[in-house]
Amino acid sequence: MPYLGSEDIVKELKKALCNPHIQADRPRYRNVIQKVIRMPDLDQWGQAEVLGFLLRYQPRSEEELFAILNLLDSSLQSSSPAVVMAATKLFLILAKEFPHVQTDVLVRVKGPLLAACSSESRELCFAALCHVRRILRSLPGHFSSHYKKFFCSYSEPHYIKLQKVEVLCELVNDENVQQVLEELRDYCTDVSADLAQAAIFAIGGIARTYTDQCVQILTELLVLRQEHITSAVVQTFRNLVWLCPQCTEAICQALPGCEESIQDSEGKQALIWLLGVHGETIPNAPYVLEDFVENVKAETFPGVKMELLTALLRLFLSRPAECQDMLGRLLYYCIEEEKDMAIRDRGLFYYRLLLTGIDEVKQILCSPKSDPSLGLLEDQAERPVNSWASEFNTLVPMYSKACWAAISSLQVSEPRGPEPSGTGVLSPSGSLISENKAELQPLSDSGSFLLVPNGQLTAEQFEKTWLSLEVAHQEVLPWQGVAHPDTIQTALQMVNIQTIALSKAGVQPWKAYLSAQDGSGCVFLTELLLDPEHLQVRLSVKQSHVKAEALNSFISVLKTVIGTIVDIKS
Amino acid sequence: MISQLFILSSKGDPLIYKDFRGDCGGSDVAEIFYRKVTELPGDQPPVVMVHHKGHHFVHIRHFGLYLVVTTSGGVSPFIVLELLSRLATLLSDYCGSLSEKTLSLNVALVYELLDEVLDYGYIQTTSTEMLRNFIQTEAVVSKPFNLFELSSVGLFGAETQQSKVAPSSAASRPVLTGRSDQSHKNEVFLDVVERLSVLIGSNGSLLKVDVQGEIRLKSFLPSCSEMRLGLTEEFCVGKSELRGYGPGVRVDEVSFHGSVRLDEFESHRILRLQPPQGELTIMRYQLSDDLPSPLPFRLFPSVQWDRGSGRLQVYLKLRCDLPPKSQALHVKLHLPLPRGVASLSQDLSSPEQKAELGEGVLRWDLPRVQGGSQLCGLFQMDVPGLPDPPSPAPPLGLGPASLSFELPRYTCSGLQVRFLRLTAPGTPGNTSPHTWVRHLSHSDTYVIRI
Repeated sequence: MPYLGSEDIVKELKKALCNPHIQADRPRYRNVIQKVIRMPDLDQWGQAEVLGFLLRYQPRSEEELFAILNLLDSSLQSSSPAVVMAATKLFLILAKEFPHVQTDVLVRVKGPLLAACSSESRELCFAALCHVRRILRSLPGHFSSHYKKFFCSYSEPHYIKLQKVEVLCELVNDENVQQVLEELRDYCTDVSADLAQAAIFAIGGIARTYTDQCVQILTELLVLRQEHITSAVVQTFRNLVWLCPQCTEAICQALPGCEESIQDSEGKQALIWLLGVHGETIPNAPYVLEDFVENVKAETFPGVKMELLTALLRLFLSRPAECQDMLGRLLYYCIEEEKDMAIRDRGLFYYRLLLTGIDEVKQILCSPKSDPSLGLLEDQAERPVNSWASEFNTLVPMYSKACWAAISSLQVSEPRGPEPSGTGVLSPSGSLISENKAELQPLSDSGSFLLVPNGQLTAEQFEKTWLSLEVAHQEVLPWQGVAHPDTIQTALQMVNIQTIALSKAGVQPWKAYLSAQDGSGCVFLTELLLDPEHLQVRLSVKQSHVKAEALNSFISVLKTVIGTIVDIKS
Repeated sequence: MISQLFILSSKGDPLIYKDFRGDCGGSDVAEIFYRKVTELPGDQPPVVMVHHKGHHFVHIRHFGLYLVVTTSGGVSPFIVLELLSRLATLLSDYCGSLSEKTLSLNVALVYELLDEVLDYGYIQTTSTEMLRNFIQTEAVVSKPFNLFELSSVGLFGAETQQSKVAPSSAASRPVLTGRSDQSHKNEVFLDVVERLSVLIGSNGSLLKVDVQGEIRLKSFLPSCSEMRLGLTEEFCVGKSELRGYGPGVRVDEVSFHGSVRLDEFESHRILRLQPPQGELTIMRYQLSDDLPSPLPFRLFPSVQWDRGSGRLQVYLKLRCDLPPKSQALHVKLHLPLPRGVASLSQDLSSPEQKAELGEGVLRWDLPRVQGGSQLCGLFQMDVPGLPDPPSPAPPLGLGPASLSFELPRYTCSGLQVRFLRLTAPGTPGNTSPHTWVRHLSHSDTYVIRI
């Protein structure tokens, strides 16, 4: 037991939290808690511990809540960062119904947090920066006036500099954008290639709102002809063009000349993609691609070759005369001489596609060139404080989102492909999935009911088992709109429910067959039958062993997932 | 809470290992940690790392030593990091300084301390007052503290300022010696230390200036006497306060240790406290953007680059803007150079300076710079094979110059300690305690862009 200053306080606390009689008697419980809160002699560790224990307490009324907050007010100004953070977390959680109180608390804790960010202890600085990032997700303007505190210093370790660059990217507003961009621009020419690339990606993140200035800066960086810089800039351009089509022209003018400086796989892929999609406006696009085609035998990265195939075919559609010959050579190489089967298959596919006619090719390859709405989807990332308040002041903010998702997933069967640090942009389908992930993650972690991924159930086995079992539960759930198979499948995969068969969107009648298995080996088979006239879906569940509790848990999981899918679409 | 605590040397040798809860694997966990931390890819932060089964490693580095803790995921990182820092301070209080050598000499003491500080992984107390009652083991010091061995004794036995100036290692002996040993002097060391962070742009404009200051106390007094500390009367906190008739000494924010009594602070800027034995940070303050005195150093670089022959000439003029009586010590200028520079020819203005090229970086050492003086250095080098950008900018890789220096007896904010008085409880035969007050500023980061 932590030494809380005196035996009396320990006794009181133990009474309050462990003795069911006291907890049943509300006024007595309240008095005990109030006595504990008025603890006079606790040192910083005791205070931090007690503030942690108080998280378990539920105040009965609003008055009591504010009484507690007033009593603990002085903890927010303590000189020990541990106490301040524990108090902040307590306040945020207790006041979850009162967003303005939460905002007020976060304003008051700005000072101590900024002091911790400039602390001599590197590790404390890092912890504070991680928490600042969490706060910025809900209140983006919170630290905007203090942007200077987040400038990187020369002697700092790398991991702190990366965090600071991320923070700078997130706290940009109209007043400080000029200075922040200048500072980031300076980091782009830093000795360390990692920091330079992180800074360039951060500028790319800011470019979604302040496009012109950022594109200007990035174009100037291309002049330096440094390999890692050019590669990162071209990747940023590729991401930008997708989200902000208005800068396409400026970018296309800047591209000629880049190909000489890029050596790494990511940069080449980005450049080739840009040339393929926007090649008609870039004068020497076919010639650059021709260089790549000439050297394709020596090319080591399969990703580059794939990208090259697609890009060249796209360019062929807009500039046939210049590309025909090299397209032929490339296809010949891919089909006859390439050892990587994936590339060969794609080459074969494109060849057969060309044989069917140019209209088919156009239909398949001419995708939209940009999707600005995706940027809006991502920017809606202002999350309410309550979504992260319970993780505040734990080790969770210290890891990146992807790392923590990997750690907390119950089975380590497949890694979830971590986002490269420093990119402010997710791939187009990524944003939707990360929304799902965030909402469904607590679901699969909670409680003792676990769903285990089972890849072994084939369609035949499913059918056999389905026909042999009786229906254990039937229910009708509301449903709107057309069901998109991909979204549903991914959402179900998050909670380890396997989709055996799923009808295509818009087909009548629309059906889905799912299977799942829990930790004890009990298998659940589900049929979803969509009833579009009544805007509902009929759910039928069969289970291999009769276990009512497990069945209920499974159904609640499934209903939550379906509820989430319906929310996203509507 | 905390499952295990261990201390590793910078090479990974386990010096101390203690398992509190027995739920997290055996003593090979130290090896696992060291392997993880040295193999970590460059962009992943090392402070918190995953161990298996829901446990995490949290560590700090203290002068090359790793102080590591394994803990569950729900624990507060701030508590753990503060505990580790406090533990490092506590160990250095007991052993004189914290290093591989002192730890290996005092293993029994360290384990005793850990037993008292952490019980089953919960923090009991880190206050030296309470611990004093429980710790029986004496600290073993590597070399007994001997004033005569130090170089402050004058030549030919001449009298020096010895009585007025304590050597800088005076405070590094163990604070908390055994109760029986009363022969050491009762001394109190007070440091006003400021860290200066400055960023100057390439056109000479000041982009950022930040001063973080601390008043630190190291007390060897065995008994609690009251201490009164008087600060400059014109000390103002915040932008709106005004005291006295001059510009005053202004800071933006100030925070005090919990045990400091502030009743006389408002009126006379006096702090009162009962200092515990050991180290304590009494006050922290911070000031940005508005320094009362000019910046200590200004650099005027001039770069000439002949693209044709690849010859680069860098002329650096460093001007010290301190008052003429002050000086800056251990000034080091660190200038990254473009890739591929192999040799350097130099021309320095004074013989005690030194400049050398190492790992693509120019290091210019100036041991002592007097206030108001200007120092110049001319460096010529060959820069092979750089690509040819059209703009007349300096070559890529000629990085920002960073300075590191110490300014003794100088505070950037102007804060001074007027007096320090101790009222010792009358122990018969006890001489009144010696107090040593030191003001010091040093650079945290001082970057001048070219």
